[in-house]
Amino acid sequence: MNNPLFDRDVVSIGDLSKADIEFIIERAAALKQSGPMPLLKDRLIASCFFEASTRTRLSFEAAVQRLGGTIIGFSDSGNTSTKKGETLTDSIHMIAGYADAIIMRHPREGSARLAAEVANIPVINGGDGANQHPSQTLLDLFSIAECQGRLDGLSIALVGDLKYGRTVHSLAQAMGHFKPRFYFVAPEALAMPAYIEDSLRAAGIAFEYADSLEAVVPLVDILYMTRVQKERFDPTEYMHLASQFVLRPEMLKSAKPSMRVMHPLPRVDEIHPAVDRTSHAYYFQQAENGVYARQALLSLVMNEGVLSPGGGLV
Amino acid sequence: MSEHRREKMLVEAIQNGTVIDHIPAGKGLTILGRLQLRNAEVRLTVGLNLPSHGGGMKDLIKIDDWRFTEQDAAELALFAPKATVNIIEEYRVVRKFPIGLPETFIGVFVCPNANCITHVEPVESRFSVIQEATLQLRCHYCERAFADTLFTENKS
Repeated sequence: MNNPLFDRDVVSIGDLSKADIEFIIERAAALKQSGPMPLLKDRLIASCFFEASTRTRLSFEAAVQRLGGTIIGFSDSGNTSTKKGETLTDSIHMIAGYADAIIMRHPREGSARLAAEVANIPVINGGDGANQHPSQTLLDLFSIAECQGRLDGLSIALVGDLKYGRTVHSLAQAMGHFKPRFYFVAPEALAMPAYIEDSLRAAGIAFEYADSLEAVVPLVDILYMTRVQKERFDPTEYMHLASQFVLRPEMLKSAKPSMRVMHPLPRVDEIHPAVDRTSHAYYFQQAENGVYARQALLSLVMNEGVLSPGGGLV
Repeated sequence: MSEHRREKMLVEAIQNGTVIDHIPAGKGLTILGRLQLRNAEVRLTVGLNLPSHGGGMKDLIKIDDWRFTEQDAAELALFAPKATVNIIEEYRVVRKFPIGLPETFIGVFVCPNANCITHVEPVESRFSVIQEATLQLRCHYCERAFADTLFTENKS
């Protein structure tokens, strides 16, 4: 079977075609069902986190280890020669000589693209500043496909910080392949940037703004919540916003039974903890799916063959 | 002397090199600055607010002993998209071409995103040109798109 991901860099969700995305999601589902396979046996993966991260780093490292691979790396740049003034270009040159692939997070936008150009081994972007975080988008898409049984033609509300949130930007961009209808629920100061709206219009994707969570809950298949950072508002303004953009269990009474609430985490107070006990809560499964999505991504980038339904590489 | 002859002389009065003609009046100094950035030694003669053949005013720059390629010219496209480039040999125009907008600008502009990796690494900036409702340049690295005016208004 032809594997279009083999030996590729994964820097931006825009680098992946619809077929690539579907391919990765199918493998993630297969790996979730089959349990861990030794698909990274004898492979050494460098996990280079120039900026701290909990979920992304741990789930990537879990994915590598579950597939039998070995990890080297660092979890922040404090103990590396970056501190001594080494350029990223030189660091990546060196690390590329040690490992078989690089997973990296870096605080500057464009760092992963640069690393991919420098390294002669695959580079997987685990977040470059406010720009891209493609593995988050892949786990979101996998989770949506898993809980709804499809990706095509879904109604999706994106809620919270739509201005600065790279997660919702990439998700909107990637879902563009699947003809969704979007509802944006955001404080005016945190509305979706014009360039994202322009690209959705250009792709013929329907979207509209809604005033409140209550207005969209009955309409959607996915309620994708994000964190509104308190520090962007004064306390009184934040209290007012919080009442409009905090999800409480009673708001879910009008939801479709199949509707699921997602959140890239960490959540602060935009989802009331009582929502966790409803059948709609899906954010912890979503976080767990991060390991399967990253297993799929890594195993496809590192192996020319793909996992057959029987378990072997073909 | 006829107006046409006078204009012809303005263009041709160098022995070998390039004349950039029909620069919008006021953009001449910007282009001058960019040419000096590329070659500090180059001998330049500048005409500002000259009468233009079609009425109005233009700027004009003569560059001795540097025959522009289309790539050299393309780097000026954002500043003077309607200018023309004349290649001069032995006081005669041997080639003439319009400045065309390239598909990419490499190493020409600094990325307006202060947090872009290109500000701190030894790498040439790279922008792709997007021509939709408005002209924009998208950074190859940080993937942000910026209006062309952001580049033409700052000196970098």
